[in-house]
Amino acid sequence: MDEYMLIFRHEDGSKVASPEQMQIWMDQTMKWIGSISAKGKFVGGNGLLFDGSKTVWAHGVVTDGPFGEIKETLGGYITVKATSVEEAVEFAKGCPVLQGEGNSVEVRRLAKNDGLH
Amino acid sequence: MLIQTKVGISIFVYRMQQQELIPHLFRTEYRKIIAVLCKRFGFDEIETAEDIASDTFMSAAQTWGLQGIPEHPVAWLYTVAKNKARNFLHRQATFKNKVVPETVIRDNASTLPEYELDLSPQNIIDSQLQMMFAICNPAIAPEAQIGLSLRILCGFGIEEIADAFLSNKETINKRLYRAKEKLREENIAIELPSLSEIDERLNVVLATLYLMFSEGYYSISNNKTLRKELCHEAMRLSYMLIENKHTNKPPVNALLSLMCFHASRFEARVNKNGELILYDEQDTSLWDADLISKGGYFLNLSATGNQLSRYHLEAAIAYWNTQKDDTHEKWENILQLYNRLLQIEYSPIAALNRTFALSKANGKREAIIEAEKLNLTSNHFYFTLLGELYTGLNNDKAKEHFEKALSMAKTNTDKLTIQKKIEKLAAH
Repeated sequence: MDEYMLIFRHEDGSKVASPEQMQIWMDQTMKWIGSISAKGKFVGGNGLLFDGSKTVWAHGVVTDGPFGEIKETLGGYITVKATSVEEAVEFAKGCPVLQGEGNSVEVRRLAKNDGLH
Repeated sequence: MLIQTKVGISIFVYRMQQQELIPHLFRTEYRKIIAVLCKRFGFDEIETAEDIASDTFMSAAQTWGLQGIPEHPVAWLYTVAKNKARNFLHRQATFKNKVVPETVIRDNASTLPEYELDLSPQNIIDSQLQMMFAICNPAIAPEAQIGLSLRILCGFGIEEIADAFLSNKETINKRLYRAKEKLREENIAIELPSLSEIDERLNVVLATLYLMFSEGYYSISNNKTLRKELCHEAMRLSYMLIENKHTNKPPVNALLSLMCFHASRFEARVNKNGELILYDEQDTSLWDADLISKGGYFLNLSATGNQLSRYHLEAAIAYWNTQKDDTHEKWENILQLYNRLLQIEYSPIAALNRTFALSKANGKREAIIEAEKLNLTSNHFYFTLLGELYTGLNNDKAKEHFEKALSMAKTNTDKLTIQKKIEKLAAH
């Protein structure tokens, strides 16, 4: 069994939502995680906040941001166990982030510490 | 609602359905966070304050979905809001320091106390009160004052405000934007007025709270829950003024008393279809006895000092209206109160109500003579009143007046009410 990271990419992280809409997103996320956990396939995950975010460049240059207004930002990730990339893709399809136009979930297999990858 | 709960939100949260958690926290915490942020940043950065407050809830929805709900959701929100504020202030300072190079940049700026947001209960209340005075400023129109109050002091969404004003989001957004611009241009300070100015400034605040309440109580919006909430918010803000010793003045108590008396009939005055039930036909068992007694409590508290405000008189009238029985004493008192109210502040509605009280106290014939002197022919309530007064004395004339009123009435509720009176007349 391999581990895969599902990485959420948001088209625009600065959209304003009503508290009711936020609640719906949160409930959907919890349900989604719950259904993966129920199969014993959920490893962990978290949201990535923009607060105080910095970007470190070559030559020790540090800039503020990203701030979420820019296109294509990372919003969070989860890690799941799956027997194949197809199974991981099936998990990813249920991600509520995909309800947002232009958003995507990237599925990446984690390297194992077996020296082969 | 008037008595602030001392039980922590976090206990409440566990009892509450998880599905209401974010809207609930938004309703109780957004207004606190945004008031403190506005106070801290000033009107120049009011949009930043709004963004930070909204983002805080967005972060909660994102993180809690993946990580589960924290043990102390409110503390979590405050910590995130503080971090966001600190980052903003830090960025702002860095920017300024770059513009003015000789200023030393402190790398540990993010730990400096001046970047800390004070979300203590005392500072929350102080900031909210100061914001109330800043927003209720004659520099901006009363409608904009109510709109901004609902947004910043009550945490209403733009859509809800639009719904309350029977308007659309664009109009409300524009109105609030212009109001914020104006507050910036006029350099309105976010602070309590000095003791010498407080009475005068309080008048403006009270007028806005009175309008906010009336908007909820009399509005034609069909959204009953929302209307009720407008009334409750106006009462909550009035109560905040009473809780502060500088703003706890007799007219504030009178205003809250008036609101309690009116609100006591909230359930009785509208039927299941949202239609208005007239006073005479209301089921008095639906009147809220608790609110009536609170109204009496604040009316007693208002009876100090030597200033008789319109709110005192209106509260006293509202008190008599909580007495259902048609006694001569009741109508004589109401009549005298209207006589004084009209001297302080004339309005056509008060003049018409005074005439109605006169008919109850001294009979219809005397009232008709007085009513016809008013000659308020552009007001459909004038013809409704004349219809009422002629009913039983000259039903043809009564019908004529009711029909005139019907042709002038603008809202469906008013039309329906008048139609019922015509039907009743025909049945006699």
